[in-house]
Amino acid sequence: MAVVTDKRHRLAAARFIACLIALFGLSRATVAWADSPPDGATIAHQGNGHGVAPCMACHAADGGGMSAAGFPRLAGLPQAYLRKQLDDFADGSRADPTMRPVASALSEAERDAMAAYYSRLPPPSAVAPAPPTGEAAQRAQLLATRGRWSAGLPACEQCHGLGGIGVGEHFPPLAAHSAVYMANQLHAWQQGRRHNDPMQLMQRVAAKLDEADIAALGAWYAAQPATPAKETAP
Amino acid sequence: MNPRHVVLLSAVLCLAACGKPGAAPQAAAKTAPAVSAAPPAAAFVPPPDTAIPADEFGKQVALGRQIFLDPGRYAKAYVGNQLSCENCHLDAGRLARSAPLWGAYPMYPAYRSKNHRVNSFAERLQGCFNYSMNGKAPPLGDPVLVALESYAYWMSKGAPIGTALPGRGYPRLAKPASVPDYARGELVFKRDCALCHGGDGQGQQAAGRTVFPPLWGPQSFNWGAGMEQVGNAAGFIKANMPLGKGDTLSDQDAWDVAYFMDAHERPQDPRFNGSIPATRTAYHDTPDSLYGTTVNGQLLGQGTSAR
Ligand code: HEC
Ligand code: HEC
Ligand code: HEC
Ligand code: HEC
Repeated sequence: MAVVTDKRHRLAAARFIACLIALFGLSRATVAWADSPPDGATIAHQGNGHGVAPCMACHAADGGGMSAAGFPRLAGLPQAYLRKQLDDFADGSRADPTMRPVASALSEAERDAMAAYYSRLPPPSAVAPAPPTGEAAQRAQLLATRGRWSAGLPACEQCHGLGGIGVGEHFPPLAAHSAVYMANQLHAWQQGRRHNDPMQLMQRVAAKLDEADIAALGAWYAAQPATPAKETAP
Repeated sequence: MNPRHVVLLSAVLCLAACGKPGAAPQAAAKTAPAVSAAPPAAAFVPPPDTAIPADEFGKQVALGRQIFLDPGRYAKAYVGNQLSCENCHLDAGRLARSAPLWGAYPMYPAYRSKNHRVNSFAERLQGCFNYSMNGKAPPLGDPVLVALESYAYWMSKGAPIGTALPGRGYPRLAKPASVPDYARGELVFKRDCALCHGGDGQGQQAAGRTVFPPLWGPQSFNWGAGMEQVGNAAGFIKANMPLGKGDTLSDQDAWDVAYFMDAHERPQDPRFNGSIPATRTAYHDTPDSLYGTTVNGQLLGQGTSAR
C-alpha cells in the first residue's frame, strides 16, 4: 500500500511541475498571432497565445511524452485518432482535468493543425524499458496475442495489430506507451471517465481486465518498439 | 496427373466445403420469431495449448495449429486469399458457436447430401481449402492435412464420438421477421462493421498482415464457400461479430447484414460450369444462396479476377 501511495505522490508532483513549466512557457510566448492558418509546430513549442500552454511542456519536444507522469507519446499517432481525441477531451466524453482546458482552448483549425503535426512526427525512438518477466510476461503475452476467449475477450492485437503497432486511423498503437499511461486509460474506461471509444469496443475490453492484467499489459506494451519489428521466424 | 488423382480431385470438388446446404431461410420469412433462443452453454472445454505434448505427435499438433492460424504461411501452396482458418473459427478453432474443431472432429466420417457420399474428416478439410481459402485441396495424406487432423483430434480429447455437442457449428438463427434486405443490411454494415472491415469490405492490413479480413472481393472466400450461404453467415455474425461484441446484434440485423455481405462479388465457384444459371441450378439451388440472382441491379456470380 505504501508503495502505491508513494507512486501516486511522485506522479502528482511530476504533473504539478509540468504544469508550472507549461505556464512559464506560456508567459514567455510573445509571438505575433496573424490571421494565417495555425501552425502546429509553433503551438507545440510556444502555445497558441490565447490560453493554451505549449504541448511540449508535457508531451516533450519530440512528442515522445513523459512516461513517469502519464503524459502520452503523440508522435506518429494516427491523424484522425488525434483529432478525435481533442474533440473528446473538449466535450468531456474523455474526461481529463489536464487536457480538458487545453483542448477547449484550441479552435477547430488549431486542432486540425495539432493532429496533422503530431501524426507526422517520427515515432519515439527512446530506449524501451525492460519487458516484464515470469508470470506477468506470460499473462501479458497471452492477452496481447491470444486474448481470453473463455471470458469473451479478444486479443489486443486483433484490433491494435501485431506488437500493438496500430491499424489504420481508428485503432491507435499501444507500443511505446508508458505503463502508467496504459493503466490510466484502462482504469478510465473501467470507471466511465473515458467513454469516447467507437462502438464501446474498449469499454467492453477494459471491463474484462483485472489489476494484474492491467499492470502486466502496461509493462508489456511499454517494451514494444513503436515501429514494427523486422519479421522474425515465429 | 494420373487417373486416380483426377477422380479424387473431382470428388473433392464436389464437396461443399465449409458449408451446409439446406435451410431455406428467406423463403418462409412470414412465420418468424424475431429472437433466437439464448445460446446454450458449451459443455465441452478443449485442453489448453500448453497441454500439447512435447513429442513427435505433439509436433504435428503444433504444426496443425500454426497452419490454422496462418495458412498463407504454413500451407501457402493451397491458399488463394488473405484469410486464415481462425478468421471464421475463432480462438484457434476452440470457440463454441464458431464451428469449433472439437465439435467437428468427432462427427466424421459423415454422409453429406451435397455430394451423396460419406466424407472423412480429411475430405471435409480439403473443401475448406477449395472454397473458404479460395485455393486448392491438399491431396489426402498431405502433411498439411495430417497436421490439421492431428490438431483437431488432439483438441477433441474426451469428446464423445458421434454426438453433436452443444456449441458445434454456427448457431441456426430463427427466421427473420422481415425478408433480409440489402438496404437495411448496408445500414448495419456502416454502423457496426465498416470501422474494422473497411467501408469497401476489403478489410485492413498493418505491416503487411491481415488484421481485419476482407468480407468480399478477390481476397475473400469464393462463391462455393459455406459463408456464401446467408444462413451460415447470419449465424456466425450473430454469435461472433462485431469482434468482442458477439450476441449484441438483433437477429434481424444479423440476417440483413449477412445478406448485404453475401450480395457482393467474390471469386468464382471452382465448380463453375460455364454458365451462371446452370451453375446455380447445379450447386446453389436454394434461397440461402444469392449466386445467380440479381440484387441491387447486379447479377451475382460473375466472380472476381484472380490476384
Ligand atoms: C499540462 C500538461 C499537458 C499539456 C500542456 C498538454 N497535454 Fe496533452 N495530455 C496530457 C495528459 C496528462 C494526457 C493524458 C490524459 C489522460 O490520461 O487521459 C494528455 C493526452 C493528450 C492526447 C491523447 C493522446 C492519446 O494517445 O490518446 C492528445 C491528442 C494530447 N494530449 C494533445 C495535446 C496537445 C495538442 C497539446 C498542446 C496544444 C497538449 N496535449 C498539451 C497533458 C498535457
Ligand atoms: C475490439 C477491438 C479492440 C480490442 C480487442 C482492443 N482494443 Fe484497445 N482500442 C480500440 C479502439 C477502437 C481504441 C480507440 C478508442 C478511441 O478512439 O478513443 C482503443 C484504444 C486503446 C487504448 C488507448 C490508446 C491511447 O493512445 O490513448 C488503450 C490503452 C488500449 N486500447 C488498450 C487495449 C488493450 C490492453 C487491449 C487488450 C487487452 C485492447 N486495447 C484491445 C479497440 C480495441
Ligand atoms: C470464410 C470463413 C471460413 C474460413 C476462412 C474457413 N472456414 Fe471452415 N467453415 C466455415 C463455415 C461457414 C462452415 C460450416 C459451419 C456450419 O455448417 O455450421 C465451416 C466448417 C468447417 C468444418 C466442419 C465443422 C463441423 O462442425 O462439421 C471444419 C473442420 C472446418 N470448417 C475447418 C476449416 C479449416 C481447417 C480452415 C482453414 C484451412 C477453414 N475451416 C477456413 C467457414 C470458414
Ligand atoms: C472491432 C473490429 C470488427 C468489427 C466491428 C467487425 N468485425 Fe468481423 N472480424 C473482425 C476480425 C478481427 C475478424 C477475424 C477474427 C479472427 O481471426 O479471430 C473478423 C471476421 C469476420 C468474418 C469472417 C472472415 C471473413 O472475412 O469473411 C466475417 C464474415 C465478419 N467478420 C463479418 C462482420 C460483420 C458482418 C460485422 C458487422 C456486424 C463485423 N464483422 C464487425 C473484426 C471486426
